[in-house]
Amino acid sequence: MSFLSFAWDWLKSPAQWSGSGDIQLRILQHLYYTGLALVVAALIALPLGVLIGHYGRGGFLVVNLANAWRAIPTLGLLVLLVVLFGFNTVTWLLPLVVLAIPAILVNAYEGVAGVDADLKDAARGMGMTDGQILRKVEIPVALPLIMLGLRTGAIFVVATATIEAEIGLGGLGRYIIDGLATSNYGEVAGGAVLVVILALLVQVVFVGLRYLVVPAPLRAQARAS
Amino acid sequence: MRSHSVSVRRGVLAGIATCAALSLAACGSSSSSTPPASSSSPSSGSSNPLAGGAPKGTVVVGSANFPEDELLAEIYVQALQGAGIKVTPKFNIGAREVYYPQIEKGAITVIPEYNGALLTTSVDTTSKAATTAEVDAALTAKLPSALEILNPSTAQDKDSVTVTQAFAKQHHLTSITQLKPIAKTMVIGGPPEFKTRSDGLVGLKNNYGLTFKSFSPLDESGPITLAALKDGKVQAADVFTTTPQIITDHLVSLADPKFNFAAQNVVPLVYKPGVNSKVTSVLNEISAKLTTPGLLAMDKAIIIDKDPYAAVAAGWLKAVGIKS
Repeated sequence: MSFLSFAWDWLKSPAQWSGSGDIQLRILQHLYYTGLALVVAALIALPLGVLIGHYGRGGFLVVNLANAWRAIPTLGLLVLLVVLFGFNTVTWLLPLVVLAIPAILVNAYEGVAGVDADLKDAARGMGMTDGQILRKVEIPVALPLIMLGLRTGAIFVVATATIEAEIGLGGLGRYIIDGLATSNYGEVAGGAVLVVILALLVQVVFVGLRYLVVPAPLRAQARAS
Repeated sequence: MRSHSVSVRRGVLAGIATCAALSLAACGSSSSSTPPASSSSPSSGSSNPLAGGAPKGTVVVGSANFPEDELLAEIYVQALQGAGIKVTPKFNIGAREVYYPQIEKGAITVIPEYNGALLTTSVDTTSKAATTAEVDAALTAKLPSALEILNPSTAQDKDSVTVTQAFAKQHHLTSITQLKPIAKTMVIGGPPEFKTRSDGLVGLKNNYGLTFKSFSPLDESGPITLAALKDGKVQAADVFTTTPQIITDHLVSLADPKFNFAAQNVVPLVYKPGVNSKVTSVLNEISAKLTTPGLLAMDKAIIIDKDPYAAVAAGWLKAVGIKS
């Protein structure tokens, strides 16, 4: 039997779609963990990345620190926090936030720092203040990369939010961990397939968001570069 | 993207340097629990387990790859040496899947075992034997002819329903039977398979009539389960009876008079042609003196206090009056 046939057999059974183990609930839980982590990470990383890109200081250090930071083992961090600080929102949320920050931060920084110097010069020549340059020139031009950073962060988090099941929470990881524990490989395969589908849906959502948020000429320019 | 690749080129060397510095600071080791039926935690092993054969005429004492079993093997080694028997230790071999074929062939002569786990993992996977007597009888009947178990000790490292001492005091609990009136207000934690395992929620319902408020899937008597008990996230949990945190976190394992959890007495498994009556009498003497509280105290010493195994083993042997 192939991985996909295992998954399909489990997915099409009506028992999965009702009762306490139902897939709808797990998906909602999974989206909640992902969404909250992404929002918190963006609130931290976006302003930081934009400001560092704008002032041009410390970028080198920040980018390399953020990239090295990706090496932090998310599951290990989760267990460590739970053992040290118990079961609360911060201990389950923090590892996912830590995971999402580098992608958002680095792309925001690159986006703003990479804005054409001529553009900024022209804006200053027109009499714009620093703050106006940031809001009206740098951020809009950096939007493609900022959106890319958010999208990348979202994919990382939706794939990794499965670890929350390790500490007794819900989400799609519940199927993977419970299935492994009881040697129910249909459940494991089904859970994994659902995570992949969810990740693809998140991609689609961000492609749509990009279409709405980023002006058409910038989208074309970003595609060309 | 253009600017992205420029930064990457510039950052490569610094990135490598930063990564190296951070990764050096990152890793740490974890403390381990003592599961009899599985092979999770590596211990501070001594010799390379399968390097070369043992010199003829010596007793080869093996151990599984978790601290408690290695400690028990250390005790066997010291006591046998104290009786003037030549011993070759082969510690930290691996899980039962690895060492059981070794002892079947006689490459190992003695290994400390747990009767219940030995029975259901390697000898008869369908066995429903639960009490010490039933399990030992099944083992004696079904082990290959070259192997035998000696006398079991009263010390057991088995699953249990464990609560905090405060909770036990509040509800006057010493045994699982007393949980019946309050079970529906309690959340119980355990490994995910506890939900469907025959000695898990199912067995607790059948044997003791317990229906809990809910089940929290955690890890098997590991750090997450212990944190959940401490934090009050669960009121009871499946914890192995010789887990050192029972002492340090002030927990108490409730008695299981109906043997919902099958017996897991510590018992020497021996390769008959490799041992004589002198060897068996030393090992039986150890089993007679070994108790669950005694084993628990030793586990705390090696796992939490990080005392050396040899010293802890020697200390115990001296305390119970066995020459080492």
